[in-house]
Amino acid sequence: MVKGTIHNKDLFLNQIASKLGRERKDNVSLPKWKHQSQWEVYKNSSKDDLLAAFCKNSKEKNVHVVETEKSMLPETIEKVIKEYGGGSIVTTKDDRFSQYGLTLTLDNSQTHIWDTAMGEVNIKKAKEAILGIFVSDISLAESGTIVQFNDKDIARSVSLLPTTYVAIVPKSSIVPRMTQATHKIHRSVIAGEELATCVNFISGPSNSADIEMDIVVGVHGPVKAVYLVVKDL
Amino acid sequence: MPMKIGEKPFFGRVDDALQDHFMRNAMASAQDRFRNKKLDATERDEQVGDWEEWRSAGEEIRRHTLENLDFYLDQLSENFSKRGGHVFFAKTVEEANRYIQKVAKEKDAKYVTKSKSMVTEEIGLNEALEEVGCHVYETDLAEYILQIDNKDRPSHIVVPSLHKNKEQIRDTFQAKAGYTGTEEPHELTAFARSQLREVFLKADIGITGCNFAIAESGTISLATNEGNANMVTTYPDTQITVMGMERLVPTWEELDVLINLLSRSAVGQKITTYVTNLTPGVEEDCVDAPKEFHLVILDAGRSNALGTEFQSALHCIRCAACVNVCPVYRHIGGHAYGSIYQGPIGAVLSPILGGYEEYGELPFASSLCAACTEACPVKIPIHELLIKHREKYVNHQENVKTSEKLAMKAFGVGTSTPFLFQIAVKGAPMFMKPLIKDGSISNGPGPMKPWTAIREFPAPGKDNFRSWFKEHQKGRQ
Ligand code: SF4
Repeated sequence: MVKGTIHNKDLFLNQIASKLGRERKDNVSLPKWKHQSQWEVYKNSSKDDLLAAFCKNSKEKNVHVVETEKSMLPETIEKVIKEYGGGSIVTTKDDRFSQYGLTLTLDNSQTHIWDTAMGEVNIKKAKEAILGIFVSDISLAESGTIVQFNDKDIARSVSLLPTTYVAIVPKSSIVPRMTQATHKIHRSVIAGEELATCVNFISGPSNSADIEMDIVVGVHGPVKAVYLVVKDL
Repeated sequence: MPMKIGEKPFFGRVDDALQDHFMRNAMASAQDRFRNKKLDATERDEQVGDWEEWRSAGEEIRRHTLENLDFYLDQLSENFSKRGGHVFFAKTVEEANRYIQKVAKEKDAKYVTKSKSMVTEEIGLNEALEEVGCHVYETDLAEYILQIDNKDRPSHIVVPSLHKNKEQIRDTFQAKAGYTGTEEPHELTAFARSQLREVFLKADIGITGCNFAIAESGTISLATNEGNANMVTTYPDTQITVMGMERLVPTWEELDVLINLLSRSAVGQKITTYVTNLTPGVEEDCVDAPKEFHLVILDAGRSNALGTEFQSALHCIRCAACVNVCPVYRHIGGHAYGSIYQGPIGAVLSPILGGYEEYGELPFASSLCAACTEACPVKIPIHELLIKHREKYVNHQENVKTSEKLAMKAFGVGTSTPFLFQIAVKGAPMFMKPLIKDGSISNGPGPMKPWTAIREFPAPGKDNFRSWFKEHQKGRQ
C-alpha cells in the first residue's frame, strides 16, 4: 500500500508540546486504568443468559427476533422472506452461508450474491432489494447490536441499502457488550493483523428523533431489521 | 466568522429569546425529555453498573489523552497514512478550508454529501465548498432541515434544529422543497429519505466529522442513528473527515468506554444505532467504499486551552448533557449564545476558540448552580471554568473602573456561590447596596446588568436548583 501524505505535522505537534510545557514525546505507555466498570456488565452470565439478554434488548430496538436452529435455518429464512414480501434479495459473499446449509436456499434468480467482478451492478441490486442478508461476526447482548467486519465481499451495502436487513446471529457470536468486541480488535491491531476498513456496529433499523424528539424508525438506512438467532451455532 | 451566530450583541439576543414563548416552551420540553432519557440510561440503569465509576473512567481517559496529545496525534496520523490516507494538520480555519477546497477542485467534485458535524459548522465548510462550485447536501435530518430553511443556524449540539416544531418544518419543506404532506414526523422523515437517496449515490465527496479517532489503528469512529453517515462514507470515491484535534482515543478499548458515555449521555441509548469505524486502505476492486481518504486535524484556537486552567474543556465529547440541564439555556435557547456551541460548554469553549472580545460575556450566562458539572460524563468542572473565565474577562477589561471591577467580582466572579442566591440569602455586600431594589438587583454592573431583568432567573445552589427545576417542569413559561 502506498503511504499517504502528512502535511504540517511537526510544526503542529511541536506547538502542542510547547503549550503543554515540555518536549515532544515519542513514547507513551497507557496507564492501567483505575476504573473499568465495562468488564462488570453481564460478567458472570452464562451463554444462555446472554442469548436471552440479546433477544430482549434487540426487541427493544425494534428488531424482529426469530430464534431457530441450524437444521431449521433454510426453512426459517424462506419464511422470513415470504413474510417480508418476497422479491429481490442481496447477500454478502460469505462462505458461512454454505456452512449453514443455505446454498440451495439462496441459489435462485431473485437473489444476488455480492460479486465484485460485476462492479456497480451490485449497488443497483442492493438498492432494489427488499432484503439484505448477512452474518453477524460479533453480537452484543447489552444493546442488541450486530457487528460486521466489512470488506469487498462482506459489502457494506447489504446491511445499508435494502428496506430490511436480516442478520444471522450464531449464538456463539454473542458477547456481553462492546467491551469484548473492542478488546478483540485491540488485540488484533497489536498483533499487526490487517484491520477491516469498516467495522460496523449496528443496532436495529435506522431511526431519528430530530423532529420534536419523536422517534421515527427508518430514515436513510433500513426501515426494518430481522435477527435470525441460531441457538446451536 | 462561521462559529458566530447573528450580529446582535449578546443581551439583545437574550431579550429576543425571552420574548419567544414558543421557543422557550420547546426548549423546556426538550430538556425534560433529554434528562429523563439520560437518567433511564445511566443512574437508573442497573445493568450498566455504577455510573459514577463510568464517569471517572471517562475523565481518566480524557485527561491522559490530552496530556499526551502530541504523541497520540502523531500515532494517529502515521497509522492513517500508513494505510494510504492523507493527513492535513490545520492551524486555522482558513488552512482547513483551503485544503478541502483544493481536494474538491482536484476531484472536480460537483456533489458533496455531509453527515452531521459541528466542527465543519465551526469552519464554515459549506460556504467554502460552494465557493469552488460544489453543491453541498446536509444529510443528517436536523441539519437538512436547517439547510433547507435558508441555512438556519444550530441551536443545540446534538439536535441542531431543536428550536423548530413540526409545523414549521412542514411549512419550510412545502415552501422550499415541494413537499405536499402533513406535519407528521414520519412523513417529514420519509420525504427527507426520498429526497436524499439518489444524492447519496451520486456524490463525489463524502464529508464527516469525527466522534473519536483511534490512534492505534488510524480509524475514524462515527456514532449516529439515521444511517446517513454510512451512506456518506460508502458511495463517494473520496472521504474527507474533519476533526477537532482533541477528539481522539489511544486504542479501541478506550473507544468502548467513551462511546458508552456518549450514547447514554447524549441520547439515552445504550449505544447509538450505528457506530461506524472507518480506516483507509480499501481493496482495489471493492465496489462500495471510498478510494481516497483525507483527514483534516484542526486546531483553530483549541491550543489556547492547552497547558492552562482551561485544558479540561478539551475533554468534552459533545454529548450536550450539560446543555440539557442548564436553567439558562432553558430560558434563552441556543441562538442567544451567538455561537454554534451553546449552553454551559458553549460558554466555556466559545471564548477559548473565538476570544473574549466576541464571547467574553457568555461565561456570565450561568447561574453557577453546577448542574452542568454534575451531568458531565467526563467530569469537566464546567462551572468552575466559567468562574475562571469571568475572572479573566473582568481583569482584562479596559475602560472599566476599579469600583465596577470589584462589584463585578462580587457578583459572581470571586466566589463559586451564585451571586443572586447570595444576595437573596445573605444580603448584598455593602458596596452593592445602591444596586438593589425590592430585594433583587435592579441595575447590576457590566455584563450582569441584563440578567437582572430576567425575573425568574434561578441562581440557587444545587438543592435550590433542583426544586426550581421541578417547579418549572410543568409550568413551562
Ligand atoms: S462539557 Fe461534558 S456534558 Fe457538556 S457536552 Fe461536553 S462532555 Fe457533554
